[in-house]
Amino acid sequence: MSVVGVILSRELKSYFATPLAYVFSVIFLALTGAFTFYLGGFFERGQADLAPFFSFHPWLYLFLIPAISMRIWAEERQSGRIELLMTLPVTMGQAVIGKFLAAWIFTAVALALTFPIWLTVNYLGDPDNGVVLTGYLGSLLMAGAFLAIGSCISAANKNQVIAFIVTIAICFVFLLSGFPLVLDFFSAWAPQGIVDLVSGLSFLSHFDSLSKGVIDIRDVVYFLAVITAWLFANAIVLELKKAD
Amino acid sequence: MIKAETLTKRYGAITAVDELSFTVQQGEVLGFLGPNGAGKTTTMRMLAGFVQPTSGQAEMCGFSVEREPTQAKRCIGYLPEGAPCYDEMTPRDFLGFVASIRGLTGAEKRSRTDNAIDRLNLGSVLNQPVGTLSKGFKRRVGFAQAILHDPPVLILDEPTDGLDPNQKHEVRNLINAMSDDKIIIISTHILEEVAALCNRIIIVSEGKIATDETPDTLIRRSRYHNAVTLQFEPTGQPDQAAAMIGQLAGIDHVETDAATRSITAFPANNALIVTAIADMAREENWPLEQLHLEAGRLDEVFRSVTTPETVQ
Ligand SMILES: Nc1ncnc2c1ncn2[C@@H]1O[C@H](COP(=O)(O)OP(=O)(O)OP(=O)(O)O)[C@@H](O)[C@H]1O
Ligand SMILES: [Mg+2]
Repeated sequence: MSVVGVILSRELKSYFATPLAYVFSVIFLALTGAFTFYLGGFFERGQADLAPFFSFHPWLYLFLIPAISMRIWAEERQSGRIELLMTLPVTMGQAVIGKFLAAWIFTAVALALTFPIWLTVNYLGDPDNGVVLTGYLGSLLMAGAFLAIGSCISAANKNQVIAFIVTIAICFVFLLSGFPLVLDFFSAWAPQGIVDLVSGLSFLSHFDSLSKGVIDIRDVVYFLAVITAWLFANAIVLELKKAD
Repeated sequence: MIKAETLTKRYGAITAVDELSFTVQQGEVLGFLGPNGAGKTTTMRMLAGFVQPTSGQAEMCGFSVEREPTQAKRCIGYLPEGAPCYDEMTPRDFLGFVASIRGLTGAEKRSRTDNAIDRLNLGSVLNQPVGTLSKGFKRRVGFAQAILHDPPVLILDEPTDGLDPNQKHEVRNLINAMSDDKIIIISTHILEEVAALCNRIIIVSEGKIATDETPDTLIRRSRYHNAVTLQFEPTGQPDQAAAMIGQLAGIDHVETDAATRSITAFPANNALIVTAIADMAREENWPLEQLHLEAGRLDEVFRSVTTPETVQ
């Protein structure tokens, strides 16, 4: 197994060795269920699709993903284990990617456990399963972007609570950057080019088309680029901060 | 070979390590001593590639720690201070993880892991999460991790801290057994350990090398080196004896300790005074409990080297 693979599998096991995995999955499932069926008017809409289900994902991720990502590096630094890891023949990139992938796979498992909702909609009607699949893909990509942000912030803070809160704040800005709340802040002083750039960074607008079943390669590339950029920053931050 | 060239580490205004240079050859067991905060851990971290030096560089087995970190780290076994570990893992899983990271697989992985488990007597705790182990066992798990891949270089930051006397003894035997074909650097605050294990001692003080020599020559710096101590039975007259010994040739001065009824005679210029004193004791028929020649006291040398007042 490659070094990344070894780190990944150790991390993944540790998710399931602690109650974190179970608590997270149960809460994620309970909330997606509750939101979809009660707030989303899943039945009342009379449509066989998962649009109400996916529309709540960004907001669930906003709070749940930072809860996973906050420990990725903060715990490692706080406990001194980072000294152990970084004195093994492991490059910074391998460590960052291994840990990130473990967290992402873990989220993917939680997401996959929502399959009863998909079964329900197939039982009740005749949905376009291609659209559903694209929605899941979009949701997973967005989760990855949240995780990459969280991982980087976690590397910058030894304190998990601070990492949690700062991650929420940054993710919130990324989520809403296409909306007046954020854009008005920029349009007051920045040139139009910057405002357009900021609005183009919105998670919501990129997720929106994916969740409606439109695979635009630009949306996929966007999320992958966000992940890459934040992981890159993560490695740099860690290199600077690891021994502090 | 390990090479440190003007290694320096500054934390803001604090200079933790100040232009440290030394080389260590195969077969050397280097004891790294110094008061708390002298910079031992920081130096070891720079050697192991965890802390980036502010200036200077380190070389491990011909690899630059800064430019070829992965190759350098392959030839090191490192036990960090405090032996951090993954609490939720069992020692078996943890050692398996480290072995995999080090690229060991299959039968080799199994035999190396079993060997490390065996050498550190971890058999009884193999399936218990590390977080629930006692301090000494945690330290031994960390030690096992360091020797797993039979590295040419071992860097051990306080390896026997928290071990019971039996385990200390075991670990010292282990280090002795490995010392011939390896480079071993040990930091410790237990001076008897250094004398028992090391063939070279570096004492650092405020980030600088204060002394770098063998235990034998270091101990000769002690004012107790070649001094003679006599302990009297309750019927003895230590003061009278002290006065008589003071008259002998080659004696610098004599100190008496009423509480233990003992006197210590210090030689002038390292002269050998023990025979003269022993002869006198026999002639005068002093009621002695014991008479012995002092080799020197490392703790006293340590103090004189690391406290500024007494440095000449
Ligand atoms: N991350 C850090 N930030 C700021 N100062 C540091 C940091 N690490 C070490 N220092 C300082 O560097 C100096 C040397 O510390 P170091 O841990 O190397 O000492 P030591 O010789 O290992 O001491 P001990 O015997 O107590 O283990 C100390 O003054 C310490 O406060
Ligand atoms: Mg130390």
